[in-house]
Amino acid sequence: MHEFTLIRAETDEAAVSALTAHPDARLIAGGTNLVDLMKEGVETPTHLIDINGLGDLDRIEARADGSIMIGALSSNSSVAWNADIQSRFPMISDAILAGATTQLRNMATMGGNLLQKNRCFYYPDHNARCNKREPGSGCDAMDGVNRMCAVLGTSDQCIAAHPSDVCVALRALDAIVHVKGVEGHRAIEFADFHKLPGGTPHVEFDLAHNELITGIEVPGLPFAANSTYLKLRDRTSYAFALVSIAAALKLDGDTVDDVRLAVGSVGTVPWRSAGAEDAMRGAPATAATFSKAAEIFFEGAKPRAGNGFKIELAKRAIVRVMETLKEQAA
Amino acid sequence: MAASAHQLRIDLTVNGTVHGIDIDPRTTLLDLLRETLDLTGTKKGCNHGQCGACTVHVNGKRVLACLTLAALCDGADVRTIEGVGTPEKLHPLQDAFIAHDGFQCGYCTSGQIMSALAALEEPWGPDDAAIKEAMSGNICRCGAYPNIVAAVQEVRKSAEGGRNA
Repeated sequence: MHEFTLIRAETDEAAVSALTAHPDARLIAGGTNLVDLMKEGVETPTHLIDINGLGDLDRIEARADGSIMIGALSSNSSVAWNADIQSRFPMISDAILAGATTQLRNMATMGGNLLQKNRCFYYPDHNARCNKREPGSGCDAMDGVNRMCAVLGTSDQCIAAHPSDVCVALRALDAIVHVKGVEGHRAIEFADFHKLPGGTPHVEFDLAHNELITGIEVPGLPFAANSTYLKLRDRTSYAFALVSIAAALKLDGDTVDDVRLAVGSVGTVPWRSAGAEDAMRGAPATAATFSKAAEIFFEGAKPRAGNGFKIELAKRAIVRVMETLKEQAA
Repeated sequence: MAASAHQLRIDLTVNGTVHGIDIDPRTTLLDLLRETLDLTGTKKGCNHGQCGACTVHVNGKRVLACLTLAALCDGADVRTIEGVGTPEKLHPLQDAFIAHDGFQCGYCTSGQIMSALAALEEPWGPDDAAIKEAMSGNICRCGAYPNIVAAVQEVRKSAEGGRNA
């Protein structure tokens, strides 16, 4: 691990000004991803800014309008087991508990989860080419071991799949990321927060170097009480997803009244399809409708040699999840 | 690791004893416990947060000592396997691991026990599937999993019986 200087930030403003003063500094909260990448020599910050002492950022506030504000320093565990999260947005709780292990969830924060690095095999490997790690070096995943890689939102520079579970749920729920910078507060729609790789795969977030994530707001959505997260993976537990589905369903009799659907580990960012959701709204809540939506969801998907199976797997998983939510709603 | 110009001092409590220690900020809690405090019961397996052998409790929560920077533990209360039971009087969970043969080589055992101790206080369900999920962060390459689940279940049931009595 490279040497670094530790700075303990006591206030949001102090964290932001420390970032501003040190262009190669990183914030550290849970550190589960960052410390590992520092050991690998992928992350080499000159300064670590410890933000664990920032007061109030670990609060989870359930509001009267049905929304919940999740402080950026809330641990993944505290969110997963929170009674209001479980009742209003079960897909968030399901998604968190489907990811990592309790030890990691106790350490990892929600703000950090948003910034989680991809798990492409070639990213931490200094012997491999990776445009995220070393811009312009090339991509060894393209024609290498790409079983875990994305089929949607890819570019000729990068096909790494976004690894987070909870971000899939937050994408489905149109969460809002609140950040603080030198100029003050800024709110970012979840859809805009994670960036497509395009020609600059190393630019991953709509977040300036000296901005601090303070909270994640989940807007009220009453029918999200009927939501779930299904994760399919190589092992029963503690594995990254092959595909995952976050969905919520509201029925009006036998018709789909409203729906949310996001799919994980198939896109370079948590993926959503307005066309797929539109195809379900107002349509009969049948397997045929769900199947048609799944087809629309994957229109334009570009599989590589090793990951084409994800498309059929995800389509079937979408139908299965929608059928489950239909039964729960009835 | 060479001495660093960035040395800093932390105070932390380990198994009830307060330590004031000068550390290189790169030091993980795992290396601090093993190399500085000679508490070698906590094991280094993968050193990348994948195996659970280094599981300890920090401020009452189970965490991975290998991914925890000691510098971030200033003022923390740490509990390791050395703080659980004594050779003369084992903790009921340690007795249960022996009774159910919950290990073979033993390398993962301290992490398994620290994990299980915490899991018994977490809101998991009572069935074997819930115990397995709760314990999925602790790898046992000898494959003693069924016996580990049996040991945890025995302690869970006896604690439940105690509460209902």
